[in-house]
Amino acid sequence: MNSNDLRKLFPALGRKVYGKNLVYFDNAATSQRPQSVLDMWDNLAVNSNANIHRAVHKMADEATEAYEQARSCVRDFINADSASEIVFTSGTTASINLVASSFGERFVGEGDEILVSECEHHSDIVPWQLLCQRRKAVLKVIPVSDSGMLEIGKIPELCTPRTRIAAVTHISNVLGIVNPVEEIVRICHSKGVKVLVDGAQGIVHAKVDVRKLDCDFYAFSGHKIYAAPGTGVLYGKKELLEEMPPYMGGGEMVGTVRFSGTTYAGLPLKFEAGTQNFTGMSTLKPALELAAEMASDTELMSEMDGVKDFMYSKLQSVPGLVLFGTSGDSEGRIPLFSFCIDGVHHEDLALVLDKMGIATRSGQMCAEPLMDRFGVTGMLRISLAPYNTMEEAVYFMKSLDRAVAMLRQDKN
Amino acid sequence: MDKVKPLQEVENEIIDEFSLFDDWLDKYEYLIELGKSLKDYPEDKRTDDRLVKGCQSRVWIDFDVKDGRIWFNADSDAIITKGIISLLVRIYSGRTPGEILSSDFSVVEKIGLKENLSPTRANGLVSMIAMIRGIAAENR
Repeated sequence: MNSNDLRKLFPALGRKVYGKNLVYFDNAATSQRPQSVLDMWDNLAVNSNANIHRAVHKMADEATEAYEQARSCVRDFINADSASEIVFTSGTTASINLVASSFGERFVGEGDEILVSECEHHSDIVPWQLLCQRRKAVLKVIPVSDSGMLEIGKIPELCTPRTRIAAVTHISNVLGIVNPVEEIVRICHSKGVKVLVDGAQGIVHAKVDVRKLDCDFYAFSGHKIYAAPGTGVLYGKKELLEEMPPYMGGGEMVGTVRFSGTTYAGLPLKFEAGTQNFTGMSTLKPALELAAEMASDTELMSEMDGVKDFMYSKLQSVPGLVLFGTSGDSEGRIPLFSFCIDGVHHEDLALVLDKMGIATRSGQMCAEPLMDRFGVTGMLRISLAPYNTMEEAVYFMKSLDRAVAMLRQDKN
Repeated sequence: MDKVKPLQEVENEIIDEFSLFDDWLDKYEYLIELGKSLKDYPEDKRTDDRLVKGCQSRVWIDFDVKDGRIWFNADSDAIITKGIISLLVRIYSGRTPGEILSSDFSVVEKIGLKENLSPTRANGLVSMIAMIRGIAAENR
């Protein structure tokens, strides 16, 4: 399969914006959805719309079956030990909040410490700050080098006997560099520190094997990997999830409920209170099946690497362009590039590119501490998927030149 | 001080000017040119209390009240935004608080600005208008 074959599976990619062919370079924010996902969503919404797990009627059975098949598919995709370690949530943010709240409730006390990195998304910072406020705990930060690398050599000294958990991103949504999470887990575990990996970008671009990584938690969203929005996963090691108290109370998550006291359901339902986004969740199956097919397609992957290498080298040759996250060759990074151009505001650039049919992201990318780290008010980010073509990359570079010529403030 | 044209007349001028361009890239070029017409904005007035909240780029609005009229000056670190705020300054500077508050600010819609900005950008525009209205209300 090549990128053009793949594109045919994604109806949105055929649309036009302002009369021009859409060039969708904002995949790190959300991916487009293949027809198989749309069909499943549509079919379930029309034919099998019934609440899962409880009722005994036929439609409920079909809905439950689809939902649980998705869970089993997630288990296979990340090679978890058992499906009971796969908790469905509304997204990465919800997954991390669940851990910060529930793990925090059980294991974090006054004076304890939590470790995050400087290149985390706000979703992997603020839940921990809230926990620190509640528990009078201390947040510590693993720094990022000038070239965008996590300074993992500093982890041993940052981990103290009071450190309870480290939360690090697999791949920064700004820098696009694959962090050595397996090594980070090994270092943290040697210090008795648990590790949560924010896999919002990692799940899309890296081969995730949670048993090989040995991480304690892995969080990701469905909508960035071709499934419906409002879907997410929290993988957690069974023994930890079992020790953690429920996060939200409600229907589905209980054993028996009496006013004298309530017992809770087993894993994973203990963490799935209330009616879930069952229609959306079920689309994880076709989405992950396609993702697996794409990842194992050498023609497609080498084509994407070619586009990535092209962008990586072309961008660095644009006069005045500062790319963030430049350590190493293009091997250790994903096709995601954030940059600033001297004399051009990132927002102006995004607006003009939009009018040329190119969807990009501008601003702080929900990573203000990282913006401060690099001393900028924002960046422009382009993030590609295997369905983006070399033709689009070439068109982007041409459009960028034109936009810069129009916008450069010192052009007088 | 400059003689101030009626608000409606300035709005019509702007609508006429923008109707000359079909393509939004050309409209952006024109907005960028308009941004350059703003008076120099002093560095020491780029303060947080003059900063418009809710924009992706930074926009500062300063004002002066003389003889019951409000005179605006503004700046932005993004040049398309600077063009947009220059339009608002052109329309509302030198008017009485009453004139500003009774305006429906529809010119931005009439030139298609609102629908041609991304949602964050439109929010920025809404925030700029809210700040100008707020200044007018405080100086009524």
